[in-house]
Amino acid sequence: MISAQGLKRAGSDPSTAIVLLITVLGAMWSLFAAAYAPDAAMRGQSWLILGGFLTGIFLLVGSIAGGGVVTDEREYNENLIKAGVIASLFWGVAGLLVGVVIAFQLAFPVLNIEAFGFTNFGRLRPLHTSAVIFAFGGNVLIATSFYVVQRTCRTRIAGGIWPWFVFWGYQFFILVAASGYLIGITQGKEYAEPEWYADIWLTLVWVVYLLVFLATLWKRKEPHIYVANWFYLAFIVTIALLHVINNLAMPVSWLGSQSYSLFAGVQDALTQWWYGHNAVGFFLTAGFLGIMYYFIPKRVNRPVYSYRLSIIHFWSLIFIYIWAGPHHLHYTALPEWAQTLGMTFSIMLWMPSWGGMINGLMTLSGAWDKLRTDPVVRMLVMSVAFYGMSTFEGPVMSIRAVNALSHYTDWTIGHVHSGALGWVGFVSFGALYCLVPWLWKRKGMYSKALVDWHFWIATIGILLYITSMWTAGILQGLWWRTYDALGFLEYSFVETVEAMFIPYVIRAVGGVLYLAGALIMVYNVYRTIRSDEVEEDENVIAQPALEPAQ
Amino acid sequence: MYEILSTFAQTWGLLIFVALFAAALVYALWPRNQARFDAAASAPLTENDTPAAADETEDETHVRA
Repeated sequence: MISAQGLKRAGSDPSTAIVLLITVLGAMWSLFAAAYAPDAAMRGQSWLILGGFLTGIFLLVGSIAGGGVVTDEREYNENLIKAGVIASLFWGVAGLLVGVVIAFQLAFPVLNIEAFGFTNFGRLRPLHTSAVIFAFGGNVLIATSFYVVQRTCRTRIAGGIWPWFVFWGYQFFILVAASGYLIGITQGKEYAEPEWYADIWLTLVWVVYLLVFLATLWKRKEPHIYVANWFYLAFIVTIALLHVINNLAMPVSWLGSQSYSLFAGVQDALTQWWYGHNAVGFFLTAGFLGIMYYFIPKRVNRPVYSYRLSIIHFWSLIFIYIWAGPHHLHYTALPEWAQTLGMTFSIMLWMPSWGGMINGLMTLSGAWDKLRTDPVVRMLVMSVAFYGMSTFEGPVMSIRAVNALSHYTDWTIGHVHSGALGWVGFVSFGALYCLVPWLWKRKGMYSKALVDWHFWIATIGILLYITSMWTAGILQGLWWRTYDALGFLEYSFVETVEAMFIPYVIRAVGGVLYLAGALIMVYNVYRTIRSDEVEEDENVIAQPALEPAQ
Repeated sequence: MYEILSTFAQTWGLLIFVALFAAALVYALWPRNQARFDAAASAPLTENDTPAAADETEDETHVRA
């Protein structure tokens, strides 16, 4: 029922009933799995899944008893974004912490304790990558996309209960995937480790995410769809496509954790790296470019430098990125023409990447002083600089001759982290530092000085990380192919492992610094939300306080 | 089947993608779109803290401060 004021209480509308049905069916399946799963890991994990679905049922019943989800068309849904901000910070710290642990495990193998097999490097590594990329990055993207699409379309998010289903369903996916890794449930595909049942759940959540986003665009009050929304939409659509195709698999049993991929051999490798590289291209790049195109103009109070360039940036990224995956498979069984194709398209990516970087940086023209006065702007600009740097380094590494040196070495790890910590991390932190005062209606962050500390500590951490990995990687690459006069290898493999000790320690220290920066941020956000004496920040444009809905 | 698909991809597929990309470029660079893009570029800067009213005429009893 829609009242004259646009206030709507869902009660037990069909949407709520469907969500309830989903949770009941999920609970029944996990109960069956607990009893009859063919493998012990699944019998164990199904209790956690059951717990998740039961929590969902309790929340839904409580919501229905309270009159249902309130939808007030006169206001933006900001509680949804607040939840996303808090989830992002939680998963960010968790993921970085696991990263620091595995960095120390590599430097000091004794930390792989035999009695606690589930904490070994092999189990924790996918936990780290999934936690930082999908849990932290994913939550930042979902939260900011829901914020930006509402604001730039001048309309409340569509779908009543469904955006909340996306939020909680996504957290549930993370818990199921992460707990599975620890007890050894994995399909062994990098960045696509979750098994078939978690994949199906994510597909459901993701399709709902797409529909909520599209429905919000559909009911927009603004004739033009702002460019940030194009990037978010490309991210959502492409991730759906990549996820479904790369995870096509046949489960051994409908209650077991094991499944077999539809693909085998080199087809499997190509599908996996088509997925893997486009996860970088559309999750870690397109989605976060959506953040760049909204938060940088907003924060510096300047329009996008060139809107035309942003459209060209968008379409050239879309048309080129999708072909770059084969550069992960140089010197493999993949046909050479396919390797060359991947390499060529990777090099072509220079142009849109740098065009986008220039567009982001030049948005500051006329406001360069903010680089000195506003640490949040500094963070956003540093992230764009890292975007430029890692999108320069990537195409270089995709050249077959360079790849012969860099592939399978720690140079790759360094490259990934300059993009992940520098670009993705900093643009996310910058966006969150913008969002917290806006959402909780504060005049600024609790402490601007702490934002500055975060910036510098994290930047030094990244520099330690990437310089140590460059050294480590080039050393590995050179030693692995050094021959003596008789044509024998000069160095045994284990010598290259021993030589890694110092770079690995430096890398771990860099990780500690980056984590410390994130912890400072959590403290700062906590104090801001608690409404302790907040410093007035002239860079935070005052947002009028909202009246509660009648 | 492989032959048919790969021939299609290497001829018509390529042409379609190039044409679509060219169309995107033309749209972005078309002089008459300049005014619209200028307005769009500052969309994040002109927003209110509440959604646009459904019919742009404020309901008198619920005008916000």
